[in-house]
Amino acid sequence: MQPAKDTLAWMYEKMVTSRRFENAIEKIYMEGKSPVFNMADGPIPGEMHLSDGQEPVAVGVCAHLNPEDVVTATHRPHHQAIAKGVDLKKMAAEIFGKATGLSGGRGGHMHIFDADVNFACSGIIAQGMGPAAGAALSRQIQGKPGVAVSFIGEGAANQGAFHEAMNLAAVWKLPMVVVVEDNAWGISVSKEASTAIQRNSDRAAAYGIPGHYIPGNDPMKIYEVAGEAIARARRGEGPTLIEVETYRLAGHFMGDAEGYRPDGEKDGLFEKDPIPAMRAKLLADGNFTEAELDALEDKAQAAVDEAIGFARESADPKPEDALTAVFA
Amino acid sequence: MENERKLTIARAMAEATAQEMRDDPSVFVMGEDIAELGGVFGNTRGLLEEFGKERVRDTPISETGFIGAAVGAAQDGMKPVVELMFVDFFGVCFDAIYNLMAKNTYFSGGNFNVPMVLMTSTGGGYSDAGQHSQCLYGSFAHLPGMKVVSPSNAYDAKGLMTAALRDPNPVIYMYHKGLQGMGWLGTEAGAIVHVPEESYEVEIGKAAIAREGHDVTIVSIAQGVHHGLKAAERLADQGIRAEVVDLRSLVPLDRDTIRASVAKTGRLIVVDEDYHSYGVSGEIIATVTESNMADLKAPPKRIAYPDVPIPFARVLEQHCLPNADKIVAAAREICGAPVPA
Ligand SMILES: Cc1ncc(C[n+]2csc(CCOP(=O)(O)OP(=O)(O)O)c2C)c(N)n1
Repeated sequence: MQPAKDTLAWMYEKMVTSRRFENAIEKIYMEGKSPVFNMADGPIPGEMHLSDGQEPVAVGVCAHLNPEDVVTATHRPHHQAIAKGVDLKKMAAEIFGKATGLSGGRGGHMHIFDADVNFACSGIIAQGMGPAAGAALSRQIQGKPGVAVSFIGEGAANQGAFHEAMNLAAVWKLPMVVVVEDNAWGISVSKEASTAIQRNSDRAAAYGIPGHYIPGNDPMKIYEVAGEAIARARRGEGPTLIEVETYRLAGHFMGDAEGYRPDGEKDGLFEKDPIPAMRAKLLADGNFTEAELDALEDKAQAAVDEAIGFARESADPKPEDALTAVFA
Repeated sequence: MENERKLTIARAMAEATAQEMRDDPSVFVMGEDIAELGGVFGNTRGLLEEFGKERVRDTPISETGFIGAAVGAAQDGMKPVVELMFVDFFGVCFDAIYNLMAKNTYFSGGNFNVPMVLMTSTGGGYSDAGQHSQCLYGSFAHLPGMKVVSPSNAYDAKGLMTAALRDPNPVIYMYHKGLQGMGWLGTEAGAIVHVPEESYEVEIGKAAIAREGHDVTIVSIAQGVHHGLKAAERLADQGIRAEVVDLRSLVPLDRDTIRASVAKTGRLIVVDEDYHSYGVSGEIIATVTESNMADLKAPPKRIAYPDVPIPFARVLEQHCLPNADKIVAAAREICGAPVPA
């Protein structure tokens, strides 16, 4: 199943949007944090986990999703949120902690919630798995359309919640797809050092469900495999476990010195940057002209500029608002 | 001071652990990012290099697995030190902590001991939101069977770690991120103090008088002690002499020191970065009112985190956190000083 031209255009545009968005965030994050780097300072305080390099996973999967489908994300959620169609302006404002943000500044970058497109996060590893299974169960019971996709990192596959939710989804044949973004590192600990098998997708055998490993961080291949898995879930045939080889071009979080990476690992990574690679492929396949791709990039940049501008200009919440919205 | 050896809490913790590891081959350390990286908060730096991979182990992100494993190893003659990177993550592994670690000594009638240390980071103030900023002092201290300590400075950090490692019981060692001396989380100068090189213990269950005074007692732990000290400094300029009690341990709680201080001052303020209700602040106040009601010249006050999840945005979080301003205002109020200064 190859993506149609408009889908390809959407995928490329969303990848570029995510990258440009994070480039902007990265720069603004450092404002007020030099010469002394203190996480508490600047217009965007707190931890910042960038997803540069991992964009293909988000677009390859979300290209098959509608707003009614459910996505649960992690502490590294920007690319998935953008691909799922989370409101970029409100998301930017949330990351800045502004009153106009998705949650009025209560959640911040690790807690992006947008009910309009059924997107939710948890900063606790693997804790998107249970809620995704629950959303899938709810659709099954209610007979409502829609699937649930849980994005996790490869490190999360060693967490109890992963296995419990996986088994639940399999035993109840839930319309759920689990997408493991294997960026090889859980903070400073390599997949090899933490995980007993090479491919987490092999764990699908333990639940009697299909498992697929996708090498190469290739958006087309991800699109194809995710498409099958999501269609299968929509047909009521149960969950699928997909693991995608991807790369984190940045540190675990901003401020990470990345001393744990082997020498030269990152140089190699930048050569494999998936965005120029996709551009080159779209041109080589003769599907797109330079001008068409430039226009998509401009559109992405305009959306990012608008969102960042909105976030910058928005007002802070009122301090006392901290005490509201605890209960419905 | 000559030969002064100022250390951060992070280094003091690592030094105490290394010294015990040299003397006691049963001590080993495991947790996420504690080996190669030396701990996200720096408290295991240098251990891998000195003791190697057998005794200093990076774990998978499997808290239930490795904390449960620590319980089993502790019952089998080892002294594990495990790290729960942020206390907020207790949700994924509390059974190992509270149904196993804290209860097996009692349930086994003393057949088994569980000598282990669980290190975990606490505290907010840097906009990390409510899954990475809580203190949860009260949640841990409430449950019987585990000792709970939290240092406010590097001297106590080293001595409490040594004491914890030599204790035959499980000890929850809570270290406040804002005091670790990692520049990227800010620096609290008052936490970086002289630390003797040789090994020593700070007794678990013994509070310290961090500053003497006669008009009002400010009781706190960890970061709150520094807020209390700053407030006391300002209050002194206004003629109010505040005494600051650094609890250092929550379990056992040094009730005698609290009561003696309030007997002297007649006034009590508890500063607690943990949630307001059902927590440490209520316990301290009950400690005084249960037995020393007559000592009180004014109703006790607590400055604690309001009962809401911790928000991300700076203005929201800062509104909720305890600080010296809030303590000064409370002290002036119960001391009958005109408000504002
Ligand atoms: C239960 C739990 N344990 C530990 C952490 C701290 N932590 C945050 S991110 C991370 C590494 C996650 O690795 P992975 O799942 O592979 O995702 P990645 O960061 O590579 O995207 C860890 C250990 C956490 N948030 N939750």
